[in-house]
Amino acid sequence: MSGLKEVKNKIEGVSKTSQITKAMNMVASAKLRGAQMRMESFRPYAEKFAKAMTKLSAGPSSDQPLMAVREVKTVDLIVVTSDRGLCGSFNTNIVNKAKKLIEQHEQAGRTVTLITVGNKATQAFKRSGKIRQSYKDIMGSFQMFNAREIAEDTATLFLEQKIDRTELVYAKFKSLSTQIPVQETLLPVSPVVEEAGENGVTAEYIYEPSPAEIMENLLPLHLNVQVLHAMIEVSAGEQAARMTAMDNATTACGDIIKDLKQLYNKARQAAITGDLMDIVGGAEALKG
Amino acid sequence: MAQIHLEVVTPAGQVVSDDVDIVTAPGTSGEFGVLAHHANFLSTIKTGVLSFKKDRQIKYMMVSKGFAEVSDNTITFLVESAEYGYDIDVDRAIRARERAERRLTQALAHDEAMNRTLAEAALQRAVARLAAAQCSGKA
Repeated sequence: MSGLKEVKNKIEGVSKTSQITKAMNMVASAKLRGAQMRMESFRPYAEKFAKAMTKLSAGPSSDQPLMAVREVKTVDLIVVTSDRGLCGSFNTNIVNKAKKLIEQHEQAGRTVTLITVGNKATQAFKRSGKIRQSYKDIMGSFQMFNAREIAEDTATLFLEQKIDRTELVYAKFKSLSTQIPVQETLLPVSPVVEEAGENGVTAEYIYEPSPAEIMENLLPLHLNVQVLHAMIEVSAGEQAARMTAMDNATTACGDIIKDLKQLYNKARQAAITGDLMDIVGGAEALKG
Repeated sequence: MAQIHLEVVTPAGQVVSDDVDIVTAPGTSGEFGVLAHHANFLSTIKTGVLSFKKDRQIKYMMVSKGFAEVSDNTITFLVESAEYGYDIDVDRAIRARERAERRLTQALAHDEAMNRTLAEAALQRAVARLAAAQCSGKA
């Protein structure tokens, strides 16, 4: 039987842990609100951008160097994770997805290089020797220019034909409880095909400069938007995952405390019974 | 006077959504003005000063790279950033301009193409900010 004092110490420790996890849960939920707001305000931009892209790529302007499809020998993978841990299997899922992709590409005889965004991705692939570029400590406060830097980096290599394809691995924020790791092809940019459902009448536009030139200007921006989108999704997903993880941890702490309390009470009762037996035994002995 | 609906959208959210009389914007192939019921139109935008008139009052804002689309009597700007002239921190913009100039001379001296484009873009933004602030009567 473990000593009374030991159990008491344990209860205290666990209840302190539960205080921390509870606080982390609340911090995460506050941060999530911010991240979700950011997602909301980004959405109109992304939607309108996609619409314009559709309009343009329907025309004859799809002959762009950033759209060139080549035989794929080298692949750039951009892996976006959070900077901090303690958010359940959120980062692990992304990393596993990336590992699977690397394996697939290598089996097909392609060389894979990595761009890691977020500390967790960097840590996970540090030993693989594949990291070409890593961005650390930016998931807390990233801006458009961070996304631009990443997109420009990979686009430059693509144009120099040093890489033939760029893929983006991140987690989509589906809901508070589900974030799904996904993979998207960033380069070459595939022309957006308009859905047949929409009335086939596309209004005539005056283009200034020519559609091809507009496309040339728009494509790099399109890459920025996609990278930024991935980062926004991950930052919201991270907080949501942390909220759930910390909520679970707090509940688990409660369960452990309950069990420990029972153990403590049992031990205390046993000690009292033991003492009583001693007293009664001593009294009996004196009587004799 | 007939009005046109103006929307300025950035990744950080919608900055303007208003009915205005006229919009003047810095297109890549030159400044252009748009009045109500303009024909469908699509143009790229370079970093510069966007102005629009409403109730006899002209407002100026700094916009950076993006594009503009006119359709259905609505002009939509999709730009990477947009700030009203009167919101601009002039001192900060001046400091940014100096920093960008320094970087540019450095990049030119060492012949670094990447840094050069970055510094040029930063310089353009700083200059546009100052211009927008000046038009709005600041500084």
